Amino acid sequence: MAKHETPMLDQLESGPWPSFVSDMKALAEKRAKNEEGIEFQIPTDVVEDILGVLELSYKHGRTHWKHGGIVGVFGYGGGVIGRYCDQPEMFPGVAHFHTMRVNQPGGKFYTTDYLRKLCDLWDFRGSGVMNMHGSTGDIIFLGTTTPQLEEIFYEMTHNLNQDLGGSGSNLRTPSDCIGQARCEFACYDTQDLCYDLTQEYQDELHRPAFPYKFKFKFDGCPNCCVASIARSDLSFIGTWRDDIKIDQEAVQAYIGGELKPNGGAHSGRDWGPFDIQKEVLDLCPTKCMWMEGKELKIDNKECNRCMHCINVMPRALRIGDDRGITILAGAKAPILDGAQMGTLIVPFIKAEPPYTEIKENVIEPIWDWWMEEGKNRERLGELMKRQGLQKMIEILGVDPDPRMVQEPRSNPYIFWKEEEVPGGWKRDIKEFRKYHQR
Amino acid sequence: MALDYEESKQKIIEGLKKKQKTKSKFYFNDLSKILNAKPREAKKIVNRMVEEGLLEYWSSGSTSMYGLPGTGKQAAAEHED
Ligand code: HEM
Ligand code: SF4
Ligand code: SF4
Repeated sequence: MAKHETPMLDQLESGPWPSFVSDMKALAEKRAKNEEGIEFQIPTDVVEDILGVLELSYKHGRTHWKHGGIVGVFGYGGGVIGRYCDQPEMFPGVAHFHTMRVNQPGGKFYTTDYLRKLCDLWDFRGSGVMNMHGSTGDIIFLGTTTPQLEEIFYEMTHNLNQDLGGSGSNLRTPSDCIGQARCEFACYDTQDLCYDLTQEYQDELHRPAFPYKFKFKFDGCPNCCVASIARSDLSFIGTWRDDIKIDQEAVQAYIGGELKPNGGAHSGRDWGPFDIQKEVLDLCPTKCMWMEGKELKIDNKECNRCMHCINVMPRALRIGDDRGITILAGAKAPILDGAQMGTLIVPFIKAEPPYTEIKENVIEPIWDWWMEEGKNRERLGELMKRQGLQKMIEILGVDPDPRMVQEPRSNPYIFWKEEEVPGGWKRDIKEFRKYHQR
Repeated sequence: MALDYEESKQKIIEGLKKKQKTKSKFYFNDLSKILNAKPREAKKIVNRMVEEGLLEYWSSGSTSMYGLPGTGKQAAAEHED
């Protein structure tokens, strides 16, 4: 018998989708039965009280959670988010219901043994409710009490080889695609760069001093599986600057139907025979591909590496060999200002350990600028808008590049400065009068 | 030039106490302004003050702030004082 009546939540279960309400009810029941004999360190009925407080919020049309708090583990200013319920008498199980962010492993690789250990720890010392993974990338542990925080942190750091992630005005848990571990499209080792920067910037991750949050995300290629271009203040996207490699025999095998397009992914129904003209050449956004007899041709200098042709015919087309990273800055969700995608700031940079150029010429100058000039709660993308792309270019010490113009009329305002013009603004009036009358 | 810890510590404590009537939580920027220092320099001082328990963190989850210990009342976050 449920502790609280939850008619509105029950209704949510009737939809066709998997329901978090059903999941939470199942967990509540499991805790109540406790067949494994766990010595729960926080109230056994915590999950029932989450359902109860959520139902009440639906009824009132307002939240019953307080705003933020002063909790954390010693030495860290992030990774724990204090949550308190404003109806503690009605829902004592969630009076304290703090969130912990756990730094997910690179590429989100787990062993089942490790996952079980995380779950056991959280069943024992928390609510058992978790989210894999938040849009930041980390594992979210939802709901525990203050005395449990240090215990969990100790267990994670001493026995599970596991750190907390970022929250608040910190560097957030960096997140990467599966990359070279399994994906042939990866133009650099996303996991190595992600791990390297995570270690290098431990202070930024755990001790808040930024105007607001800051995110790094790493995509091995422009397919952007972690959506870095939309979700990170600095987005690292793999690319190449030589030619797409073509295996003409394999192209013919696609045309002849021996190879399935898209690795056979579109197998749900019969789409008819593969048509290279319609499905590849016509869909190339820059129209830089054509057939010459039985030869597929690509005008590589026009290719913008959209990945479409490679995704459709992965056996025939391969990323180039001169590989590196494109860096974009300023993507964000709407808070102060509207949503923004990243703006290209570094067209190409090599990605080789120890990544000194990326750290010293890109990341650190940007942080110095934003930490000094950024207003409270202003994301990098908003500062870029406020002070202009030209300021960003100055900070990076690079020349303006047409590739930084997002589309015509969006950010084309780059002005010359006096010191950049031979002779400056001064002119010899006599010389001038030779050509121009008074 | 590196900032002197003792002197900076006093500046921050006094600076925050002075504003205590109207505010109990401060952005990192407010602290570096009190020190009149570059953020990276100020951060060294602030980190140490947190370690010594002279400052404490407050976080909404998305933003972080600093306060003198015991003063960052929850009510302040909900605009009650
Ligand atoms: C069962 C209840 C809750 C669930 C399932 C939940 C889940 C989540 C998830 C999945 C995220 C995204 C994490 C990421 O981006 O990686 C998130 C972020 C967040 N949640 Fe919750 N949450 C819950 C309760 C609360 C409560 C009660 C509050 C406030 C009182 C809250 C405030 C926030 C905030 C501020 C963020 C964004 C933090 C940031 O800047 O990244 N959440 N939550
Ligand atoms: S972003 Fe590219 S390299 Fe990374 S997993 Fe996706 S397709 Fe592969
Ligand atoms: S990657 Fe995209 S732009 Fe480049 S040739 Fe293929 S389809 Fe065209």
